[in-house]
Amino acid sequence: MDLKFIIELAIIGLTFFMLINASAILVLAERKIMGFMQQRYGPYLVGPHGALQPLADILKLLFKEELRPKGADKWLFTLAPILSVTAAFAAFSTVPWGAETTFFGLLSEPVKLGVTDINVGLLVIFAITSMGVYGIVLAGWASNSKYSLFGGLRASAQMISYELSYATSLAAVILLAGSLSLRDVVDSQNVYWLGFIPRWYIFLQPLGFIIYMIAGVAETNRAPFDFPEAEQELVAGYNTEYSSVRFALFPQAEYINMATMSAVATDLYLGGWHGVPFLENLGLGWLIFLAKVGVILFAYIWTRWTLPRYRYDQLMHFGWKFLLPASVINLLVTAALFLYLNG
Amino acid sequence: MAETFAFYLFSGLAIVTSAFVIGQRNPMYSVLLLVASFGAMAGLFIQLDAPFLAVALMIVYAGAIMVLFLFVVMLLNAPTEDALQYDRTHPLRHPVVTRFGALLAGVLVIQLAYALLRANELRVPISGRADGTAVSSVAELGRVLFQRHVFAFEATSILILVAMVGAVVLARKESDS
Repeated sequence: MDLKFIIELAIIGLTFFMLINASAILVLAERKIMGFMQQRYGPYLVGPHGALQPLADILKLLFKEELRPKGADKWLFTLAPILSVTAAFAAFSTVPWGAETTFFGLLSEPVKLGVTDINVGLLVIFAITSMGVYGIVLAGWASNSKYSLFGGLRASAQMISYELSYATSLAAVILLAGSLSLRDVVDSQNVYWLGFIPRWYIFLQPLGFIIYMIAGVAETNRAPFDFPEAEQELVAGYNTEYSSVRFALFPQAEYINMATMSAVATDLYLGGWHGVPFLENLGLGWLIFLAKVGVILFAYIWTRWTLPRYRYDQLMHFGWKFLLPASVINLLVTAALFLYLNG
Repeated sequence: MAETFAFYLFSGLAIVTSAFVIGQRNPMYSVLLLVASFGAMAGLFIQLDAPFLAVALMIVYAGAIMVLFLFVVMLLNAPTEDALQYDRTHPLRHPVVTRFGALLAGVLVIQLAYALLRANELRVPISGRADGTAVSSVAELGRVLFQRHVFAFEATSILILVAMVGAVVLARKESDS
């Protein structure tokens, strides 16, 4: 039981801890930003400027009664939220969030900041996020309610449709980086044009980045693509019949998925923890990483409170007839140029 | 030790879940058990040093195809299969057809027993390559797939396209007749 092993375990624990807190912070950030955008304060009473509001929310949800509708499927009704949140946590397992570090000389061998690093890391994230849809679909079916069922059906159709564009936009980055490991992709962006412009893939793949972000919003079921829980049509969609802790797990899974989506976007398109050599040399690259993730998450929330929801047929039309062809063309052009310049 | 334990865990899970796919009557549970069985199989693939195959299995089968299955089961809204009320006049229940099916099942059992008995004679490495190096890296797998087996690969994709067009034609409603 050497020091390195203990540190690595501690990093895994820290990642888990950060994800749990990310959902709490995001709930607060969402309500605060929404408040400012609608010219009001948002939560203000619990703690200074409402900073302890998530804690109060969680306590309230913990002490509520757990209800299960008559005729609901006993096992699947309980399994659905667990599946949702497990998939959300597991998807982060191959996302690196910092460079190799010795903790300011504490360790003789450097350790990697992140849970694990495997050579098909990106595909693992993709596989696990595609498992996440089961949670929503099962919640919709097991509730034995019309609104929930429609929410679940919409979730499955939407996620299958947008997964394709999502994966195709990622393939172009994989092609440029030449690796499926996220850590390699990040490190391949540690190059500068003319000595100061960072060679991030967002500059080489602007269309790919836009497609990734749009498909990412659809994959996490966020507005303007939040059809599984469209409240004007479906009450609350797939989680209509849920209460207490079981209910709490669904928004938690959604916020963790958002964090994962933003972290992957940072690693793939924004250079991960690279970009500010001064901080990197101090071993604080992860601060840059967190700042970039924060910017993307802000954009997520900003979008939600700016754009109205699409219509369902518009969503399908947009996904299949515009986003998918655009991502395929993006991939083909990237491949052709790559072959022309390097082959 | 840990590897042996993981092997028995995953293969046990795969067998039990596969048996329950046909062993219980709720189609919703069948779909989910099949997903669990794919998960256990992915675990076995990882043990065989084929992480790409494991992940591809999860993405394609568990992540996409089974969600479609679930979608169809939910739309049909069939709570349980009723074994007591099955239709005895259905053409597939004709004695000749059922006996042919039983014959096929018997052949399958004999084949399986033969293969299992001969398993010890085979000493081919997992990858099936002469020099025994495993095709585990994605780059290597891509090279094999797109150079050596490119014809089979493209032929399969055309086959799938034809099947898809056929399904669309069959499912299309004749509106102008």
